[in-house]
Amino acid sequence: MNLRMLSYIERTSAIHRLTGAAKLICFILWSVIAMSTFDTQILAVMLIVGLIVFKMSQIHWREVSFVLTFILIFLLLNDLAIYAFAPQQGTVIYGTSHVVFPLPGRYSLTLEQLFYQLNITIKYFAVTPFALLFIVTTQPSEFAASLNRIGVSYRIAYAVSITLRYIPDVQRSYHEIAQAQQARGVDLSKKAKFGRRMRQAASIIIPLIFSSLDRIEIVSNAMELRRFGKKKKRTWYQERSFTRGDYLAIGITVLLLLLSVWILMKRGSRYYNPFK
Amino acid sequence: MKKDWLSIRTIVAAGIGAAIFIILRYISIPVGFVPNTTVQLAYIFLALIAVVYGPVAGGLIGLIGHSLGDALQYGSVWWSWVVVSALVGVGFGLASHFLKLSTGEFGWKSIAIFNAFQVVTQAVGWFLVAPVLDIIIYGEPANKVFAQGFVAGILDIVTVGIFGTLLIWIYSRTRTKAGSLKKEA
Repeated sequence: MNLRMLSYIERTSAIHRLTGAAKLICFILWSVIAMSTFDTQILAVMLIVGLIVFKMSQIHWREVSFVLTFILIFLLLNDLAIYAFAPQQGTVIYGTSHVVFPLPGRYSLTLEQLFYQLNITIKYFAVTPFALLFIVTTQPSEFAASLNRIGVSYRIAYAVSITLRYIPDVQRSYHEIAQAQQARGVDLSKKAKFGRRMRQAASIIIPLIFSSLDRIEIVSNAMELRRFGKKKKRTWYQERSFTRGDYLAIGITVLLLLLSVWILMKRGSRYYNPFK
Repeated sequence: MKKDWLSIRTIVAAGIGAAIFIILRYISIPVGFVPNTTVQLAYIFLALIAVVYGPVAGGLIGLIGHSLGDALQYGSVWWSWVVVSALVGVGFGLASHFLKLSTGEFGWKSIAIFNAFQVVTQAVGWFLVAPVLDIIIYGEPANKVFAQGFVAGILDIVTVGIFGTLLIWIYSRTRTKAGSLKKEA
């Protein structure tokens, strides 16, 4: 099992200095904009700003390239699937049809389709730099504090904190159990047949799950003994107060949101249509 | 306990459960005889933990596990499918009210109840909610997303139906049955 996960990357950039809460707010608003609009200009601005912010964060491409490769493959497959299922979706949306390359049946390639798929691709990709940066530039221990800061109940924020805390633990248990079972002769190679493979997986997964269920009992008893959740509020060690940079980042994001909504209202459609 | 719907046990179950959910998303077992399809262990686990800890824990695990997992694994979050995972977690969890798992009871009747819940919620989630959200949010073509949702849904319903049921049954065997102690003659 190759567990490739994004994790915090220590740097001293302006993006790292922003508080987790500000980054979370920006990420959520950014997602809202990208999900609501289909305006090519807004999406293009988002993509460019995203790339600039990525540059500012001093994170190198190769540090996150495994994720980017995956996203690019996903987007490519998604585009192919859209074309296979609905090759004339663009024509339906934009109302015109400029054939670039005639193909049999309904598969003629139109400018409208190309433009529509370009929009979808940017739409998916526009949020990526922000989601990615939020993960790699925010300290995990600040994450829960940020959630609480933006109004999520601290009990739920604490659940998220527990998740981040226990991912490495669960991973380690997995490796320990897998090695123990291999020592007992369980064959984990890909050669085995499906039924056998399921049984082998079970010989690792079941101990993993059951030991984790025990851990839930232990941890919740420990928290109960420490009177977790008896008060309405709690403080966080990693909480920081907002600085000018935080207000600036949130301000820019809100401005973009307002601009996007304004364009949407003015046009009365989510789509920017260059064909009219 | 004032807020009983969110007890400490539920919070911890949601937290650790989401961590396991995220790890299990990496482990998929190829079916072999059907190309490019894998058994999704994460949802099988979600079924067990939601049935044991209830709908709140199930929903939170779906929500946290899927959104955080997406972010950690892919650096992007597909919110439309996150919503479905949360919904499916709640749906699995609702079955817990009708089961008596803590006393080790998981007979044919319980299996039928659990499967009724899992089939209905997953059908609603994958066949309806996921495609509709994909259309609304991402403006994807309807026939493509419905086909996608249909394939994903059928696979998940079948795997949870077989392996989820099996896992819960194994869990129930580890619980002490009520009235299992006998007075020695």
